[in-house]
Amino acid sequence: MAERRIAVVSAGLSNPSSTRMLADRLASATVAELRTRGIEATVDVFELRDVAHDITNNLLTGFPAPALETVVNAVVSADALIAVTPIFSTSYSGLFKSFIDVLDPDSLTGKPVLIGANAGTARHSLAIDYAIRPLFAYLHAEPVSTGVFAASADWGGAADSVAPLADRIARGARELADAVARRQPTAASDPFDPASYLGEGGSFGHLLGGLADE
Amino acid sequence: MDEIVDDTSRWSGMQFGLFSVSDITADPTTGRTPTEAERIRSTIAIAKHAEEVGLDVFALGEHHNPPFWSSSPTTTLGHIAGQTDSILLSTATTLITTNDPVKIAEDFATLQHVSGGRVDLMLGRGNTGPVYPWFGQDIRQGLPLAIEHYDLLHRLWREDVVDWEGQFRTPLQGFTSTPRPLDGVPPFVWHGSIRTPEVAEQAAYYGDGFFANNIFWPKEHFQRLIALYRQRYAHYGHGTPEQAIVGLGGQVFMRARSQDAVNEFRPYFDNAPVYGHGPSLEDFTEMTPLTVGSPQQVVDRYASMRDTFGDYQRQLFLLDHAGLPLKTVLEQLDILGGDVVPVLRKELAANRPTEVPDAPTHENLVRAAYGDGPARQARPNANRGDNLTAGPPYADAPSDSGGVAAAGVQDPAAGAAKPGSAFGAAATRKGI
Repeated sequence: MAERRIAVVSAGLSNPSSTRMLADRLASATVAELRTRGIEATVDVFELRDVAHDITNNLLTGFPAPALETVVNAVVSADALIAVTPIFSTSYSGLFKSFIDVLDPDSLTGKPVLIGANAGTARHSLAIDYAIRPLFAYLHAEPVSTGVFAASADWGGAADSVAPLADRIARGARELADAVARRQPTAASDPFDPASYLGEGGSFGHLLGGLADE
Repeated sequence: MDEIVDDTSRWSGMQFGLFSVSDITADPTTGRTPTEAERIRSTIAIAKHAEEVGLDVFALGEHHNPPFWSSSPTTTLGHIAGQTDSILLSTATTLITTNDPVKIAEDFATLQHVSGGRVDLMLGRGNTGPVYPWFGQDIRQGLPLAIEHYDLLHRLWREDVVDWEGQFRTPLQGFTSTPRPLDGVPPFVWHGSIRTPEVAEQAAYYGDGFFANNIFWPKEHFQRLIALYRQRYAHYGHGTPEQAIVGLGGQVFMRARSQDAVNEFRPYFDNAPVYGHGPSLEDFTEMTPLTVGSPQQVVDRYASMRDTFGDYQRQLFLLDHAGLPLKTVLEQLDILGGDVVPVLRKELAANRPTEVPDAPTHENLVRAAYGDGPARQARPNANRGDNLTAGPPYADAPSDSGGVAAAGVQDPAAGAAKPGSAFGAAATRKGI
């Protein structure tokens, strides 16, 4: 079976960041789960901090600088997206949302997404479901039902011992791997291919509707 | 053209000119905002000076909200036509979505007559959201509007009597757009686009020009868009990909010493509408065609455009924006016309393949349509009422009135194409 590509977007601001730690765990668990299904996957991890200026510039100028364009292309063409953001003031970070805002609104349609988020305490954990999940629903992406939230305490001794982080990561990864395995590998779509905007075998006459009997 | 350009003041292969947005922006170095009256007078002065320094084209934008003033480009261009002798007047862009195509047909045919054929136009959809509802349209229908409106415009200039029904405009029965295009030859049309492949497809389908407004975006994107247009131009039978008619935008600021140009332009760049407060001047000049430096730097940058996009027909520069004072813009024109364009003409004429068509002008469109024969001169019959039952409305038209021009008019690039068939069924279709 064709190799799949997972894009990981981490919106943490510090370096090293606990957002990135969660992102890496989710990515490696997903690759492992896919392997048990006989599917090889590669992972592209992107820290939005590295392209933060380009994201702002894109909002102002309408186009992505080359480094950001690479990230955007990798994300929209991936077989699945792992999106991880810190929770700031009840929701995804502004940088995370700004990145989503520079994507073409149709570009994540149908894409399996595993949502991750982190914050200082577990009191922020529902932000995944009331703030982040609706964003992906609006974009017609297909987030798996498990979102993985990591509080600072999850990384140490005071962690949740009933549903430990490792189990939640494994569950999210399993669901994402299932979603990827159910789908055909993402076919590269070239917006400059006439078949993309006219349909296969189409002519401009079809865009003209009844004006051309072609 | 392989010919050596001895007289660098004119070269028929390419046209160089200005396009103006018509923004009224405070000069960031003084804080002063010009009045509308002042900016309109300045723009007219700039257009006239563009002719004086030997440029080929002056194109004007269309906007319907402050701080822009150019809501009625054909009025301004008509005035400029009366004050100039040789410069070709165009638009950047004419809104095909929110203007009535009938009014576009009438306005530009009229402008053709008053300017002696010194007019063409660039169509665009417009990206100012509220303009659509202000003119009774919906921005979500931008592309279908552009496609339907242009198809009607195309027919109005080529068929003396049009019966038409569509989705967006009230139907027409027995309608004649007057005056008929000068010499029976419609103005050349460029389809302007920044990102939409369907617009490249549209330009290719009709065998029209394609203008890639590349001034704000990286070249790799436009390479793909222009390659698509060239490939589809050939697909629709108008010629080879190299014979497609391509225009490009540009943006420059020049001083004899490169660092002087950078220092003087930086405050205008940093505060400019569109890209101000975004990327640095250095990043933006690397990613887009903006070139700030010596005339030689501008020559080097723009002489290399054909390596990226192929040989092309029109190069327009944005010089007049972001609050730059009139005096500065006129100085920029002196440099552009004196030190840059003559050298670019020489460099781009060299090694240009002979099959690459010249830039479109009224004269070569007339030649393509009629050869050495006489061009059409439309002469109306006496008013005969309903325009439908008593024969054609023009004394010089054949009785089927399918349009004298429709069968013969092709753009110069389509010389190899069969008339009519090149445009597909839509163009050869007679009235219902």
